[in-house]
Formats: sequence, C-alpha cells, structure tokens
Amino acid sequence: MQAFTTLDGIVAPMDRANVDTDAIIPKQFLKSIRRSGYGPFLFDEWRYEDRGEPEMDCSKRPKRADFVLNQPRYQGAQILLARENFGCGSSREHAPWAILDYGFSCVIAPSFADIFYNNCFKNGILPIVLDANTVDDLFRDCFAQEGYRLSVDLQAQTVTTPDGQILHFEVDAFRKHCLLNGLDDIALTLADADAIRAYEARRQQEAAWLF
Amino acid sequence: MGQTLFDKVWQQHVVKANDDGSVLLYIDRHLVHEVTSPQAFEGLRLAGRKPWRRAASVATPDHNVPTVDRDKGIADPVSRTQVEALDRNCAEFGITEFGLDDVRQGVVHVMGPEQGLVLPGMTVVCGDSHTSTHGAFGSIAMGIGTSEVEHVLATQCLIQKKPKVMRIQVDGALPTGITGKDIALYLIGQIGTAGGTGYAIEFAGEAIRALSMEGRMSLCNMAIEAGARCGMVAVDQVTLDYVQGRPFAPKGALAEQAEAAWRQLHSDADAVFDKELRFQAADIVPQVSWGTSPEMVLPVTGSVPDPADARDDVQREGWQRALDYMGLTAGTPIAEIAIDKVFIGSCTNGRIEDFRQAAAMVRGKQVAASVKLAMAVPGSGLVKAQAEAEGLDQIFRDAGFEWRDPGCSMCLAMNADRLEPGERCASTSNRNFEGRQGMGGRTHLVSPAMAAAAAIAGHFVDIRDWQ
Ligand code: SF4
Repeated sequence: MQAFTTLDGIVAPMDRANVDTDAIIPKQFLKSIRRSGYGPFLFDEWRYEDRGEPEMDCSKRPKRADFVLNQPRYQGAQILLARENFGCGSSREHAPWAILDYGFSCVIAPSFADIFYNNCFKNGILPIVLDANTVDDLFRDCFAQEGYRLSVDLQAQTVTTPDGQILHFEVDAFRKHCLLNGLDDIALTLADADAIRAYEARRQQEAAWLF
Repeated sequence: MGQTLFDKVWQQHVVKANDDGSVLLYIDRHLVHEVTSPQAFEGLRLAGRKPWRRAASVATPDHNVPTVDRDKGIADPVSRTQVEALDRNCAEFGITEFGLDDVRQGVVHVMGPEQGLVLPGMTVVCGDSHTSTHGAFGSIAMGIGTSEVEHVLATQCLIQKKPKVMRIQVDGALPTGITGKDIALYLIGQIGTAGGTGYAIEFAGEAIRALSMEGRMSLCNMAIEAGARCGMVAVDQVTLDYVQGRPFAPKGALAEQAEAAWRQLHSDADAVFDKELRFQAADIVPQVSWGTSPEMVLPVTGSVPDPADARDDVQREGWQRALDYMGLTAGTPIAEIAIDKVFIGSCTNGRIEDFRQAAAMVRGKQVAASVKLAMAVPGSGLVKAQAEAEGLDQIFRDAGFEWRDPGCSMCLAMNADRLEPGERCASTSNRNFEGRQGMGGRTHLVSPAMAAAAAIAGHFVDIRDWQ
C-alpha cells in the first residue's frame, strides 16, 4: 500500500449528501477481477451522458458539462470535499479503488459510512472528518476561489487553508501508523499467529461446534 | 452490571486487545461470493499465503449469475470470467463452494442461514454490506471490503474497534400485514440512513420477538441502510427451532451443548446501552419508499413530500433531486403511483416465507396489463425447490409472473435483469439509489406482499384492504 504523509492539492467539491457507492462506481464495473483501472469510471453516471461499460475508452464518451469533475477548474484535484454520510451503501472496495485511481488520496466530509471509511485506510486514502460548519465554510471558499487548495499533514493531523487557518482532525492511532508507513496489516496480524492459535485451542474446548 | 448481547458475543471473540483500544477479533464464519473476492485471492497468491482455516469459509456465486437459461452458461463474458475465477480460486485454495450447478447455490445471505453455516453467537463476515442479515441469529455479522476479505482468509481475524451499542425497541403486537421489511423501512425513515452510524443495533421488544427468522433477517439485513455496523436480535426458541437440523448445524450431544450456550445470548436485564430508542408497532403502516435513499420512505397512505417542508437546505436539495430523478410530483398520493415492473427476491426478501406471502396476494389474480414484467426470483436453489413443492411457482406463473433461477438479479442489475431508463419498479430489495436497478431506473422499496399487490393493481395499494 502507498503511504500517505502530506498532501497539498486542488480541492473538488462534491456538493451532495449521502453519496453512495453505486454512484461512486456503478455495478457493471464490479465485474472486473482487477484492482486498478477504475478511475475513468469514477461517478460514471453523473460524469458521462451515455452508459459506461467495463473496458470502454472513456476519452471519446460525451461528458456532462455541469458535473463537477468535468469542469476545467477542478482538473488535477487530489482532495475531494464531500457532504455527510459519504460512501454509504455497499462494501465494494472498488469505490476507494476508483477514487484513488482517479487521483484523489484524501476525502474530507462531516461524516462517512463505516465500511467505506475503513476501506479508505486499506488503500492509502485518508478520509478526514471535520464538523459540518467547517465543511460548509470549505465548500463556500472552494466555490469562491478558483484553484482552491488545501494542505494536509497526517502526522500533525491538520488541514491548512490558503489563508493559514489550521484545522485539526482526529484519526485512530493504529490506522494513522499504518497509513503513514504504508503497512500491510495482514503481516502485522500474522505476527500474532501464536495468540490466534491459542485462542482457537481454547475455543475448541468451550464451543466445539464452531470448528 | 449486566452485559448486552453484543458485548457477550464480542468478548467471546477477542483474541488480543491492542493498546489503542482496538482488538484482534476472531471470525467464525466467512461467506464468499464472486464480486468482492477475486482481488483478495490474488493478494494471497502474490504474498504466497494460504487460508488460515479453510473450513471457516464457504462460497457461492450470486451477483452475476443469470436467472434464465442457466444451462446455456453465462452469456456476458466479463461476468463469466468472474464466476469462473471464483470456481478456480475455491478449487485452488480448498474452499467449499456451491457452484452454479448446485441446488444449494443462491444469494450468499440466503444460502448461509439455510445451510446452518450461520449459528447463534458466531462472528460472521462477508465482502458484502448486507452481511448484517445474519445478526438475526444473535451473531455479530458485518460487511467488509476486499482487503479485509484477504485479511480474514489469511488470519481468520479482523482488527476492529468496538462500536457503541444501541437498542431499538418496538413495543406492542405487530399489526396484520406488517412485516420485518416494513419495520426496517419505518425505522430507517425515523432515524435516517446515518442514524445508526458508529453503532451496533439490537432490535428488541414484543413486535420483534413476534417475527419469524425470515422477518428478523429482513430487518437485520437493512440495519446497514441505517448506517449501523450490524443489527442483532436475541436468541430465543424461534432461533433454535430454525437452526435445528440444518446441514452444518451441530447434531446430537454437541447440539445440546450448543443450545445451552445459545440460550445465554440475550442482553441481561440490567445491561446498559449507549443509546436507546423506542417505537410503537401500532404506528407502523405498510411502507413504500418514494426517493433515492431508503430514508425517503412513507406509509402507503401518505403522499409524496414537498421540498418546501424539508428541515434544511441540504435535505431540500436532496428531496428535489430525488423527485426529479423519480419523476414524481410533490403531493401525489403514494397509492396513485403506477409501476412498470415488479421484482420479488433478494437477500432481504428472497426466502420461502416471502414467496408464501406474495403468492397469497396473487393467487387466482392477474398481473395488470400495464405492468411490463413481474418477476419472482428465489433467493436460493433450495428456496426455489421448496416453493415449487408447495405449488407457489404455479400460482406466480398463472398470474403472469416470471419464475426465475436464484441470484441477486434485479436487486442490483449486474446480470441481464434490469430496469430501462425511466422505468418504475416495486421492488422487495433494499436499495433505491439512483441507477441501482439499472441506469435511470426508479425503485420503490416495499415488502413482498406489497410488491405482489402492486403487480396485480398496477399501482401501490394498501394491502390491509386487499381482497
Ligand atoms: S441480493 Fe442485492 S443486496 Fe443482497 S447481496 Fe445480492 S446484490 Fe447485495
């Protein structure tokens, strides 16, 4: 996994509440058995006029001009600014894969759906929760200023605005550690193999029907 | 102080507590399907890892499978590749799979309980958000992403932080015609799609205890639509009766031992919850969703809401967008909304009881001429066989329904079963998101009896008045 330390990037505003994983990456793309290549299909139904299919060449597809990611000012954005309950719906990890493959490595929202939030950390994406009023302010400024950027520092747990305001965010210590170092948590868990075996031996005595 | 049901099951599965408050949680049962597993198996292969405990995982293809002409194979080459990848991965890693030609194949959340693979007090995971279904057995059941599928395959554990626990109590007798599905939709309408975020929800109270296992599964299935980590119902005689005799359930002396342990799986009388909510069963009327989020739901007696009445700008915009997408006008009575298609099935409502309830509505009647397609899709091959043994398939066919082979089908339209742009569907599934049942398709979530009645009438009807 790619580590996440600091990021200074253009912000794209996704001004809708309850953006679900079906909207982030529609189901026809879930048929792929790969982990990459989902970026061109991110928000497919909102982004293009036609129906997307896996393996399509997206460069020739008709785009919806009013969709945020199609506007010239948000090209190259690396930070996605979102509303409450972002990523609700299915557990598909294709959603964070598509977000990452598109070029975002940080999503800021007042709240995230649980499974999506968790999936982000497994893929080198930092989801940041800020309170609703702060997010509202960021939306306002982002709409007002072309080329609006934010600067994120995971170690310090801060987001810095262009006018120098420093916003603090919370992140779980273990997840932070893994993300900062790009760690594969399977290897970390396997370091506890003896504890797992001991647990299994004990449970086999207590609840043999489980084995 | 007493313990909650959630705490009891959680505690029994802690392998190790970490310094930061997270734990290494042991997973008893891992259900696998074709969509969220290929990248996980690939990860194992690349790292040269083996499954930690093969017997804990059981697989079946469901999302991509055709529901007609199955003997001809899967026409779509991309879907076929994915289903074949599951077959190959299961063979290579030694994991039991109920493949397309196995009568036990079905939607993973129908197949698991049916086989007795899900038992009370287990920890159950699957790379699918509706894993919450299995909380109906007093187990902790959670949907996970593909990285965690790989983690569970490799270690039989997950690193988890304990969620807060909420009890939602539904008091009073369940009114006639009200199902687990209606309770689920009603509760989501009340607490919102983020109402359960950060919580495990225990559903309790007289109305919940009165539900069959099928009803409890429909309810817990939709706990995820309320944003919860999982939903649970305490174990009682209904649970034990359901589990008994299933192929993977314990037998003989072991079954007796297990039952004694399972009887402890309820919250203690003095258990303290982080949050408690109470509702009255008598307030619940058959539910119909009108918008593009499960919280946009109304009693069938209601009318489509007016964005002017929304609580704030974000909600107002959401409502307006939903009305536009759904092609609805504020103030239209729900019962006047005409439908084009009907889908009865999915992991929410694809079990035998669901088809019995739906069949009771359509027996001797005809699907309205204005309805283009009404389909009944059993949740598994065994549900299909049982329904056929009871003659339900004939009732559906005689009424003009198509009777299909088991799979997720039009719940998410990954196979050929889908809505065309602008088509309106009465659906027993769990999600009404934009494009969920096909690009531009319009989904109304309802119970099986409500969907069946809508198929006959051509529009929604209050089944409490059905003759
Ligand atoms: S039936 Fe629908 S909700 Fe259930 S597992 Fe299949 S696609 Fe998901």
